[in-house]
Amino acid sequence: MTSISEDSDKEKVRSVSVDLNNDASLVIDIPDALCERDKVKFTIHIKTTLSSFQKSEFSVPRQHEDFIWLHDTIVETEEYAGLIIPPAPPKPDFEGPREKMHKLGEGESSMTKEEYAKMKQELEAEYLAVFKKTVQVHEVFLQRLSSHPMFRKDRNFQIFLEYDQDLTVRRKNAKEMFGGFFKNMVKSADEVLISGVKEVDEFFEQEKIFLLDYSSKIKDATAKAEKMTRSHKNVADDYNHISGAMNSIAADNNTAFKKHLEKCAEVFEKLRKLEDRVASDQELKLTELLRYYTRDIQAAKDLLYRRARALADYENSNKTLDKARLKGKDIAQAEENQKQCLRKFDKLSESGKKELTSFKARRVVAFRKNLIEMTELEIKHAKNSMSLLQGSIEILNSN
Amino acid sequence: MAASSERSPPPFPDSEEPELLEDSDEGADAFTGTSISEMDSPSPDSTRPPKDIFNEPPEDIFSDPLSNINSEPQKKVDTKIPSPSSDEAVDLFSEPLDDDSEVMSSPEVQNPMPDLLNEPVEAPKSDVLGEPPVNNSSSSVKKAVSAELFGDDEDEEDLFKETPKVVTKKPQPSGPPVDVFTEVKSDVKVKPQVKDDPTDLFTEEALTAPAQKPPASSSSSSRTNGVHSEEQDLFSEATVELSLDSPLNDRKKKDAVKPSLSAPAASVASSSSKAPSKTLEELEEEESEDKFDLNISVTNPEKVGDGMNAYMAYKVSTQTSLTMFRSKTFTVRRRFSDFLGLYEKLSEKHSQNGYIVPPPPEKSILGMTKVKVGKEDPSSAEFVERRRAALERYLQRVVSHPSLLQDPDVREFLEKEELPRAVSTQALSGAGFLKMLNKATDAVSKMTIKMNEQDVWFDEKIQDVENEEQHMRKLHVMVESLVNHRKELSGNTAVFAKSVAMLGSSEDNTALSRALSQLAEVEDRIEQLHQEQASNDFFTFSELLADYIRLLGAVKGCFDQRMKAWQRWQDAENMLQKKREAEAKLLWANKPDKLQQAKDEIAEWEAKVTQYEREFERISATVRKEVIRFDKEKARDFKRQIVKYLESLLNSQQQLIKYWEAFLPEAKAIA
Repeated sequence: MTSISEDSDKEKVRSVSVDLNNDASLVIDIPDALCERDKVKFTIHIKTTLSSFQKSEFSVPRQHEDFIWLHDTIVETEEYAGLIIPPAPPKPDFEGPREKMHKLGEGESSMTKEEYAKMKQELEAEYLAVFKKTVQVHEVFLQRLSSHPMFRKDRNFQIFLEYDQDLTVRRKNAKEMFGGFFKNMVKSADEVLISGVKEVDEFFEQEKIFLLDYSSKIKDATAKAEKMTRSHKNVADDYNHISGAMNSIAADNNTAFKKHLEKCAEVFEKLRKLEDRVASDQELKLTELLRYYTRDIQAAKDLLYRRARALADYENSNKTLDKARLKGKDIAQAEENQKQCLRKFDKLSESGKKELTSFKARRVVAFRKNLIEMTELEIKHAKNSMSLLQGSIEILNSN
Repeated sequence: MAASSERSPPPFPDSEEPELLEDSDEGADAFTGTSISEMDSPSPDSTRPPKDIFNEPPEDIFSDPLSNINSEPQKKVDTKIPSPSSDEAVDLFSEPLDDDSEVMSSPEVQNPMPDLLNEPVEAPKSDVLGEPPVNNSSSSVKKAVSAELFGDDEDEEDLFKETPKVVTKKPQPSGPPVDVFTEVKSDVKVKPQVKDDPTDLFTEEALTAPAQKPPASSSSSSRTNGVHSEEQDLFSEATVELSLDSPLNDRKKKDAVKPSLSAPAASVASSSSKAPSKTLEELEEEESEDKFDLNISVTNPEKVGDGMNAYMAYKVSTQTSLTMFRSKTFTVRRRFSDFLGLYEKLSEKHSQNGYIVPPPPEKSILGMTKVKVGKEDPSSAEFVERRRAALERYLQRVVSHPSLLQDPDVREFLEKEELPRAVSTQALSGAGFLKMLNKATDAVSKMTIKMNEQDVWFDEKIQDVENEEQHMRKLHVMVESLVNHRKELSGNTAVFAKSVAMLGSSEDNTALSRALSQLAEVEDRIEQLHQEQASNDFFTFSELLADYIRLLGAVKGCFDQRMKAWQRWQDAENMLQKKREAEAKLLWANKPDKLQQAKDEIAEWEAKVTQYEREFERISATVRKEVIRFDKEKARDFKRQIVKYLESLLNSQQQLIKYWEAFLPEAKAIA
């Protein structure tokens, strides 16, 4: 892909799935990334006017694991329970290109030079696409944090941005991993429990129903969109192979047939590029959007869960208070506890309501933006294909 | 003259068709070589057809001056032919050859013929006649391996072998006279093969004067040999030749009767018969003419019957201004096996002459069984449509070949109301046939190693075709995978559309919900678009490649035919060498009594070598012309189809733009 397209993609990247405050006080982007085997090293570039940072512009190297660490610490911070925590970026998945690379290596001897070149082309294109996507999701994660009034002040976030050496965060050990797993189990069990809890607030009741429903729908749509874009990629790949095969027929020929074939091969080669763009733009604009919101909705659900948990705590504290009053002891302590729970719950409800409302607005805006962009790209590509085809037909007809 | 009469077999039957065919199918067909098989297979029939013909046509012949001329020289040619060494004959005949073709159309030209014919006539008829019977009696010669033949026989051996069998009705042995081609086929259709050959031989020989004569006489004599005495042989010779000519006369008569038609018809016929000797440019001209004049469509596939006996019948409509057809538009119903039958007839007659006979689509037991079972599922509908389109392309290819168009069987296929059922094709599925063809190809390619190709053009072309076929197969695989992937894409798009519709129904923002359900609709339409495009991928692109893979197979078959001709020539060359050595030995051993015989044999083999060499040269020329024609045709065909295909893609893109442009305001309306 050309550098121009990359630039324009960069533009898109920034705005892909989130509407961000156009706040110049803290601007973060990832201009570069390096893939070493399983590890991806991102270069994070920060420009800021905030006094909390020592310098106004600097770059730091970070790995995917550092992002996960940052996400985890934020999740674990009690203070943020009432916020929708930006979903962590998914682990870079280079499985597709790697598989292709493997095939390429295996088939090198059995393939013709042309086939090899074509295959390499495909591989490069696919690799680039995955790479760009990976960079994008990591960037978006940081941008979500930086644009949020609470998270941008987070201590760990600052460390993440400022510490000028490798963070080399401690990986979670097995016990913690298991703990995390256990926590998830408890959470999902709780979720079932909580969904049984009588909701006192109409807004949250509605929100809960909506999110549960929407979550399953969007998950499904994401999977289907992935399938669709993948098969679209296959079609583009077929164009590529057809072009290659036509060229090899043309190579042995020296009649008018050769000219036609070469022209055809050229058309298919160009069509491949266009079709490839269609597929990758669909992937970026549509599938990625759906994917991101699948995760974001999960984050919103987590918020609901935390609030429900707080509600349950509050109800329990009420019961304890009642019991204490009945027994006539520890009343002060129970009262204190009950008040605390209520305060926490209220706080959660309040910020949760705000967050969910803004989440909804954000989602609508993001969908709008992406759908418009995708549509425009679809039209653009189709128009390009059209003029390519028209031109080729004319050329073929004229000779 | 000989040439003209010899070549005429293809043209005549059609003209005879209306008359002869209608009252006695068998007799008439006998000479086209196709239905001969039908009549010959039952033993009593074989004698009959000649008689019929004899009875009917002779009068015509004699009454008609034209026919007289034709028949006379024929006879003389026949008688004289046997003379194995008559060099003069060769010269004489080779010279007037050019005139011959004209003779047909213009009577004045005949003059040279009689003269020429007179001289050699006295030649050693007896010799020839005497020997052939021996052959026949000892016709245990089952294998056509030329070496064996050469050992005990003279010139006409091949011919004898073929024909005797016809007469004696030993279909099994008759099968493989020298030709790989016939060998291949013999498994399937032993009898028809044999019968066709005689006619083929005639046409083949027609080109070279010396060559043509022997076959005529030999075949005719041999025919009778089995049944009659030598004297009768002569007689029968005449009759056979006469009968051969008679249709010609018939046609002439008809022409006379219908003046309006006659002139063009005759010219068409003559031009067709001359076609092989024409220059390339002329050929092309002819082609283009034909193209404009003939429009064939295969439509209305219809299931006839029930259960496993059901078959598909197609409407074959022809629209033409060519005068060789009885009317401008006509329609017949044909079933699939009829198409295969047509191919077999054409292939038997023409492929050994080096013509590229377009192969029909393959039989598909699986596809047909589905249709038979009568399941109304899309795959069987697709199968029927696919086959219909393939048959249409097949017929169009056949008629666009200037020589094949002239074949009576083609015209019969297009015009005749009822066609005798092509039984033999039942056993022969297209795939099976291809397999055999491949086997033959392999066998021959082994010979290739021995054949040191003198002709650079052929050397390169054979290699090119081989490579092209290979690459074409690869390309075909790719396009097939495109078809599948696009179908997959279509399916996945449909699923996605449904999923998005569901998402839209869950969305609580009204505008976004609306936009999502609109998106679902757009995706639904795109799914349709992909589906249509997939079928375009298949019908315009993939099928085109499949056709050409088959056609390249046919081209390779032509090369093989040429190779065989070369082989035959080389074998004769070797045999001549042996005979010469034998003569030298005899000289040395001083055995004058046997010397004469040895000399005769040498002369005979010398003639054979010349004959075979000419045959080889002729087939080389034909193949070359055919391949050039094929290449031109291919380039044109490909361009046409590819443009059509690109247009379908263009159309898809246009639709796509329409759909997305309609969606854009919806997306923008989200708030």
